[in-house]
Amino acid sequence: MKLKRKDLLGIEELDRSEIEQILSTAESFKEVSAREIKKVPTLRGKTVINLFYEPSTRTRTSFEIAAKRMSADAVNISVSTSSVTKGETLKDTAKNLEAMRPDCIVVRHSSSGTPQMLSKYVACSVVNAGDGAHEHPSQALLDMLTVKEKKGRIEGLKISIIGDITHSRVARSNIYGFTKLGAEVTVCGPPTMIPPGIEKLGCSVTTDMNDAIRGADVVMMLRIQMERQKESLFPSVREYSRLYGLDDARLNGAKNDVIILHPGPINRGVEISSEVADGPYSLILDQVTNGVAVRMAIFYMLLGGTREESHK
Amino acid sequence: MPWRDPLKTRVVMDEMAIERAIARIAHEILERNKGTDRLVLLGIPTRGYHLALRLQKKIEEIEKATVPAGAVDATLYRDDLGIKKTQPSLKKMEIPISIDGKVIVMVDDVLYTGRTIRAAMNALMDFGRPLAIKLAVLVDRGHRELPIKADYIGKNLPTSAKEGVKLHLKEVDGVNEVVVTEED
Amino acid sequence: MTRLVIKGGRLVDPSVNIDGLFNIYIMGGRVGTIKPADRDTTELVEGAPGLEVIDATGLLVAPGMIDAHTHLREPGFEYKETIKTGTQAASAGGFTSVLCMANTNPVNDNESVTRYILDKAKAEGTASVHPIGAVTVGQKGERLTEFGELKAAGCVALSDDGVPITDGTVMRRALEYSKIFGMPVVSHAEDPRLAGAGVMNEGAVSTRLGLKGIPNAAEDAMVARDLSLAELTGGRLHIAHVSTKGAVELIRSAKARGVNVTAEATPHHLTLTDEAVSGYSTFTKMNPPLRAQEDVDALRAGLKDGTIDCIATDHAPQSTIEKDIEFDKASNGIVGLETAFSLAYGLVEDGILTLHDIIRALTINPSKAFSLNKGSLRVGSQADIAIIDLSKTWTVDPKKLKSKSKNTPYAAKTLKGVVVKTVVNGIVVYDGAK
Repeated sequence: MKLKRKDLLGIEELDRSEIEQILSTAESFKEVSAREIKKVPTLRGKTVINLFYEPSTRTRTSFEIAAKRMSADAVNISVSTSSVTKGETLKDTAKNLEAMRPDCIVVRHSSSGTPQMLSKYVACSVVNAGDGAHEHPSQALLDMLTVKEKKGRIEGLKISIIGDITHSRVARSNIYGFTKLGAEVTVCGPPTMIPPGIEKLGCSVTTDMNDAIRGADVVMMLRIQMERQKESLFPSVREYSRLYGLDDARLNGAKNDVIILHPGPINRGVEISSEVADGPYSLILDQVTNGVAVRMAIFYMLLGGTREESHK
Repeated sequence: MPWRDPLKTRVVMDEMAIERAIARIAHEILERNKGTDRLVLLGIPTRGYHLALRLQKKIEEIEKATVPAGAVDATLYRDDLGIKKTQPSLKKMEIPISIDGKVIVMVDDVLYTGRTIRAAMNALMDFGRPLAIKLAVLVDRGHRELPIKADYIGKNLPTSAKEGVKLHLKEVDGVNEVVVTEED
Repeated sequence: MTRLVIKGGRLVDPSVNIDGLFNIYIMGGRVGTIKPADRDTTELVEGAPGLEVIDATGLLVAPGMIDAHTHLREPGFEYKETIKTGTQAASAGGFTSVLCMANTNPVNDNESVTRYILDKAKAEGTASVHPIGAVTVGQKGERLTEFGELKAAGCVALSDDGVPITDGTVMRRALEYSKIFGMPVVSHAEDPRLAGAGVMNEGAVSTRLGLKGIPNAAEDAMVARDLSLAELTGGRLHIAHVSTKGAVELIRSAKARGVNVTAEATPHHLTLTDEAVSGYSTFTKMNPPLRAQEDVDALRAGLKDGTIDCIATDHAPQSTIEKDIEFDKASNGIVGLETAFSLAYGLVEDGILTLHDIIRALTINPSKAFSLNKGSLRVGSQADIAIIDLSKTWTVDPKKLKSKSKNTPYAAKTLKGVVVKTVVNGIVVYDGAK
């Protein structure tokens, strides 16, 4: 069992059986995290570099814990993009890191496509921890794991993703992932935040939140960036919240066994009310727990074993 | 039933032989442990786990007491993860109760190099501090690479390194037998 | 006096509607006589001093190509390209004249910069260089430059290329004032607010890649404004690097109304769509961005029916510092001089355009649009000639490009049509065999 690739750059490139393999491996790793001694020697001697160009305590910590529970050495490098040495190209950075012989680079970057570029420059594995508005594969995998655990299946479920679709890598990865596993995905948000041609990714589109909630098995709320107001994408937080916020009243229109996901961090009272976030339908904390297991599975499947094929 | 080349395969234990071996091991365990006190059976998946369940059942028949049984997956502790081309799939890990102060009988189908047992012992240690770890195997085929010795043995089977020894169980393979295959 | 004879080639010269086998006799840098190859009884003494004979049997002989849109980067950005390497790239691509844009450092907004460029070109260049002066001082879009001085110094047109002129009144005045000098104003037609922080075409591909898009409307709106202003003023407008279907339609209808406008399209906008961006190669990042297939089709149709006059490269050398970085931080542009003809010829091979269509768009049309009096091989004209083997293919190897920069999206692509020799002023400046 091994991924057919050296890198995990996105869900778009994975096929159904690969996704299922990662999810079932992750289920096994959940057991490790439940132990008293939450550490296995599997990746002893392997080095993982967490290269974060964008601040993200949650994702970085999750990857770090995952690596450490596998006995890999994890090193965190936080780079504020503004402080990147002028005159040094991304290629230079990549080559310098590679010279330290890591086995895996986990990269988060505000520019879409950066993990793809990085993967061409280095021979070690590259894991995309979120690139711009492109993909966030580990988040989608943990979302799928959470839904699969709760619902027992993914095939045939109705998933609604609500919020700023244009700028959301979580939305894109989840559209790919859930549709590949046989679910129906609907995205919902104001027309200013629905990017052109999104339906080509395999989802349907609505701008009416009631439509999106009615009949949905899973409602995934996306974080709204306040600064989007300045770009005229929505006139005010108040109006956004009124049209696309999830509260108990809205939830009345949902199925009785609906589950609520949110990639976090949440804006309480903006896209999701506190009573919903902390309520019985919310699986927000399960998502966080599953995040570690999914990332352990990713490391196991990318880093265990010898690498036969040579990379440029 | 698994396909096999009849010219290169011979059955060394049939259903009855396996049944008798399990019964004998059950008796030996009870005898040496002086009953079921503090006993836990942990099988190494896949077939070792099913053997552990059979032993549990046998002990129940003899002693009218249920010994906790579970699975200990050694995969994450293997020493060949960096050598093999692909990783083995993760298997069942099921430790039914705290193992602190318990007498653990690890159960496996075929004892060969001893490496799996080493990995399984390491895995066990991450779950607590057993009073003792014992090892029960259905077949000991020799060729040890580590200083490991079984406490309970169904059958000693001298083999050449070129041969393969396989246990087939009804629960997994649809048939109960131990076969030796000549490998090319 | 040196003489050059090009024998037996297929002469294609759309300026005089010639297509046939001819021998061309060149003296003193000009076309002397042209004789049908099968009826030419002139006896040449082999090895006569000063006589050079090129056997062009089986080859295409065309007027030297003119690139209406080149960035030579000198002065200021010599690490990307110099006048020397840029003109060498031009020669290798069969171009004998290039019009170079004003976005140098300092900006070519006064005669001293223009003269510097021309002096350098004279000393080191292998192609004729025709500078385009800036429309506004420092390309700031505010104050007009001294068009008269720029013209006197040798500029053939005016453009703030790279920076759209957002103030409509400034554009209006430029179109009005340039009429004194008969100089076209070349518009980089883009509404920068609509383009926003976009880095590629807006559409399904930008959505998939999570990259910010530039809508077609950013170009269409500005083209519409500029056409209105050209109509209002009667000024001479040239639209640079047209990339959208809407812009083609706007230009077509403006031309039908008699608006004094010409337009160009680049080989990359004629051959690639935004799908090329899929691997995040920064060599597919340019402005305007690669568009959708329907835009590519519209450009091709526009070239066919004369709405688009010229094929121009927008040769934009960038070094690794600008390109080996994150996609949305990388600079725009690709090198184009050395691949332009082969890419255009690919459209001929595919049955989309004729050989005459593309040679016209690369020779006589840019000459007319910028009043260069070139792009033709009629008797007495300057002997600028491209000799090309249409039967041969070549594989683009960035390392072998003459340009100082290697930012081409066509690396490893096999293209048809190999430039064999390039002649400027009767002198061979490029020989593919060497």
